[in-house]
Amino acid sequence: MEIRRIQASEITSAVKELFMDMNYNIGSDILSALNTAKDNETSDTGRNVLAQIIENHSIASSEQVPICQDTGMAVLFIEYGDHVVIENGSFEEAVQEGVRRAYIDGYLRKSVVTDPVFDRINTKDNTPAVIYTDIVKGDKIRILAGCKGFGSENMSSVKMLTPSAGIEGVKKFIMDTVNYAGPNPCPPIVVGVGIGGTFEKAAMLAKKATLRPIDTHNPDERYHALENELLEEINNTGFGPAGLGGKTTALGVNIETFPTHIAGMPVAVNICCHAARHKETEI
Amino acid sequence: MSIKKITLPLTDDVIKELKAGDSVLISGSVITGRDAAHKRLYELLQKGEPLPVDIQGEVIYYVGPAPAKPGHAVGPAGPTSSYRMDKYTPALLDRGLKGMIGKGARNDEVVASMIKNGAVYFAAIGGAAALISRSIKKSEILAYEDLGTEAIYRFYVEDFPAVVAIDSRGESVLVTKPKKS
Repeated sequence: MEIRRIQASEITSAVKELFMDMNYNIGSDILSALNTAKDNETSDTGRNVLAQIIENHSIASSEQVPICQDTGMAVLFIEYGDHVVIENGSFEEAVQEGVRRAYIDGYLRKSVVTDPVFDRINTKDNTPAVIYTDIVKGDKIRILAGCKGFGSENMSSVKMLTPSAGIEGVKKFIMDTVNYAGPNPCPPIVVGVGIGGTFEKAAMLAKKATLRPIDTHNPDERYHALENELLEEINNTGFGPAGLGGKTTALGVNIETFPTHIAGMPVAVNICCHAARHKETEI
Repeated sequence: MSIKKITLPLTDDVIKELKAGDSVLISGSVITGRDAAHKRLYELLQKGEPLPVDIQGEVIYYVGPAPAKPGHAVGPAGPTSSYRMDKYTPALLDRGLKGMIGKGARNDEVVASMIKNGAVYFAAIGGAAALISRSIKKSEILAYEDLGTEAIYRFYVEDFPAVVAIDSRGESVLVTKPKKS
């Protein structure tokens, strides 16, 4: 395979476009799930909330303004082809510049602070983004990006279960996390679950799961069934849209897994609000 | 579904009439404030120092708006999670704050203080920021400009959509526990 040269500016433009697009235009998977939920919702308040959420998407898209004022912290999962060489800049800086340009030029809120404990001074351009890069074979760059609001991020959790906990332990931890979150994370939520790997791998899988369209499912039938079972159980909790009651508490449950250690069974639950914003592109 | 129109400032009579579950359209002026502004106000109250904004009789909206596009009064401005303000809220209610607009649950101390002080908590729809911002007609900065989106603003609102989540008797329509299955 030939070496492929990509200009740093091309990466910056692509990343900028991803973040502006995802903040104004919700994915068709979420919009379709909201419409179905509105048709099936039995609570008057719940239906009214869902109708307003749907109207909000229409306004955001037609005016090209953010769906939610919390335009999140930028997270990117990148597959970087090993035959790609970046010219006229560094890859990392090109990505950060794309995020910076999207948040400044796109009228997105800057929500990132420098030091988490002592200073907490706004960086004024929403950088740094959180970037995970895998080197893969090939001459392409694939970027999967999301902007994660913290109302729901704060309701997320990781637990180091051990093998004897079994499937029941996994289900209990997921439901405990959802029930603890209750009305706070802007339901109807999308629940990203990561199972396996190590402590941090489970959390990364859970994040990646929130970025998967909710009209897809885990390829393993057993996890696909678990996604469906959990979605039903979460919608039986009664929290409902905006936590004001109803049978629409979640729009989707996505599970991602990874091999793990003989002694462990890490589980991470990353909760995402109904404005589950993510886009992907290939360069 | 019937909707009550209410005009600010809130009087004690209006507050008494509001019941958990009422859908309301709010018009008038509110102040804004979220985590960082609350921390500063609280610390001033702890030290017995004057506040930069008179909160007596006010309604505070927990929000950090996105930047306004040219021609817009304000950028998208939906509610943020209220529980993060719980630590500071009873002190503000004791100082005369009459209402709060946010999203999600409040703790027992806040509810007790609302009953004691005759205050009301409204829930707006989280994530409906572009829709909500249409009801915000004008925005001006009041204090803490250095905090950017977290500064205290005055918003002039017309028919701002919300639900009475917790009323002045402490009754709540928020679902905070799962149904027993």
